[in-house]
Amino acid sequence: MMLEFIQHLVNGLSLGSIYALIALGYTMVFGVLQLINFAHGDVYMLGAYIGMYTAHFFQLGQNSSVLALIFTITVSMITCAVVGFLIEKFAYRPLRKSPRINVLITAIGVSLFLEFSGQLLFGPDPKFFPQIFKPSGDWSIGELKINPLQILVFFISIILMSVLQTIIFKTRLGRAMRAVSFNHDLASLMGIPTHRIISYTFMLGSGLAGAAGVLVGLTYPKIDPLMGTMPGLKAFVAAVLGGIGNITGAVIGAMTLGLAEEFLVGYWAPTYRDALAFGILILILLFKPTGLFGVKQTEKV
Amino acid sequence: MTTLHNETDSLEALEVKNLTIQFGGLKAVSDLNLQVSKGMIFGLIGPNGAGKTTAFNMLTGVYRPNSGKIQAFGKNLVGCRPFQITQFGVARTFQNIRLFKNLTVLGNMMIAMDHHPEQKHFWVLPSLLRTRPMVENEIQQEKNCLELLKIFKLDTRKSEIAKNLPYGDQRRLEIARAMATGAKLLLLDEPAAGMNANETKLLMHSIRLIRDEYQMTILLIEHDMKLVMGICEKIAVLDYGVKIAEGTSSEIQNNPRVIEAYLGKVPTDE
Repeated sequence: MMLEFIQHLVNGLSLGSIYALIALGYTMVFGVLQLINFAHGDVYMLGAYIGMYTAHFFQLGQNSSVLALIFTITVSMITCAVVGFLIEKFAYRPLRKSPRINVLITAIGVSLFLEFSGQLLFGPDPKFFPQIFKPSGDWSIGELKINPLQILVFFISIILMSVLQTIIFKTRLGRAMRAVSFNHDLASLMGIPTHRIISYTFMLGSGLAGAAGVLVGLTYPKIDPLMGTMPGLKAFVAAVLGGIGNITGAVIGAMTLGLAEEFLVGYWAPTYRDALAFGILILILLFKPTGLFGVKQTEKV
Repeated sequence: MTTLHNETDSLEALEVKNLTIQFGGLKAVSDLNLQVSKGMIFGLIGPNGAGKTTAFNMLTGVYRPNSGKIQAFGKNLVGCRPFQITQFGVARTFQNIRLFKNLTVLGNMMIAMDHHPEQKHFWVLPSLLRTRPMVENEIQQEKNCLELLKIFKLDTRKSEIAKNLPYGDQRRLEIARAMATGAKLLLLDEPAAGMNANETKLLMHSIRLIRDEYQMTILLIEHDMKLVMGICEKIAVLDYGVKIAEGTSSEIQNNPRVIEAYLGKVPTDE
């Protein structure tokens, strides 16, 4: 009984931390632009593919090590950051003064563009993610068997999230990001180059999504060009659950969702895995649209 | 005068020539000319809707004028983005206070000073690693911020959340924050609005102080005539987007067109 519980807990934390990495990108971009960047899940898909190609290119599958993993994650993060920069620059920046709905539709367009370019470039069939880090076997404590990969995923995510937290709350870039998320015009009158700060925000968020792509490839090594849709939507739900625009909220929302999913699957109804996230979304929107940690935004007159 | 002013020997902090902006069919400001010399306290007055705030919005790059020229410290401002204008040394305050409400007093100041043109740029890595130069710079920056706050007697409230400050303090914090951007020309939009007589008097004192001690040039919009007449060395009057008078306080007070704009035409008996 206890064994099973710990097993689900570990699975849930590992899944939750993947959601968290993606949800942070949603929430940061929403913070600075009030935009739901629906292409974000597809950046995560690109992250997985970039990881795969990097591993193939450097033949990391044959000589797996922690270094290989760190290297792959870094390459994937940097490339995804560049992709995020380009998406913002060419798809969203020209629409800065347009109504929000236009930008939202563009985001869906970018998402479809990435998914189907992915099918064209990478092929529509699922690919196998090489084992760039192979643990020597499960850790067993008594009868409990834990896959070290899941613990690793959890810890890498925690490290990345703390770095992000530090950037946002302890650096000048973070101060500028928070100023921009408060009000563009005001930030700009304080001498803050708002466009540039928005670019950096996209790059940070996309970088994290790239890392999530590689980490998912490690634990569920089957990747395909449409793999970003569902985790993207779920991470979005997680961000809404925590209160969109709120960094801590996104992490807590994602962990909650990950744990809830794993416990639901483990104890009750495995087929309802995907229904859970959207059930939560509906409930949140009905009863607490600002999310758990969101603040009510008063419409400016 | 064929050559443009050199940045260093220009005596004018601000030169505005034939500035015009139109919203639809309405000329909100037309053919505005202003010259504000360095170190001057200049008042811009006029009835409500005369175009004063619109003029400020053009000066700070929020609106783009349809025609006309703006130069601050010898640099052209038309077509520049607001953040560039701030970095050229022009900063403003707002009629309706706009602070980063959820940050502390010091937090508001630090954000503004981060983008001071003379500020060293430490972005992500040094701040993450908290390198020595970065930490020292941060401490120095905090000191500089506190020094500015002291002028407005706000240094003792540095850790308070901005929105919890009394109204008058919020207005003063806005001025301090504008100075923290490194600006040499301050545009103050109704700095005394909502202040009582005593607070207004203190504010006048502070404005004179920052001009004298920090070599600021000040252009202010104000409806409080005691303040305007008390500290402005030169005053321009706008009415329906047109400058109808300019001069010293006594010249303005006796100008019939100004009296007409404010009080309406005195009917004559003939």
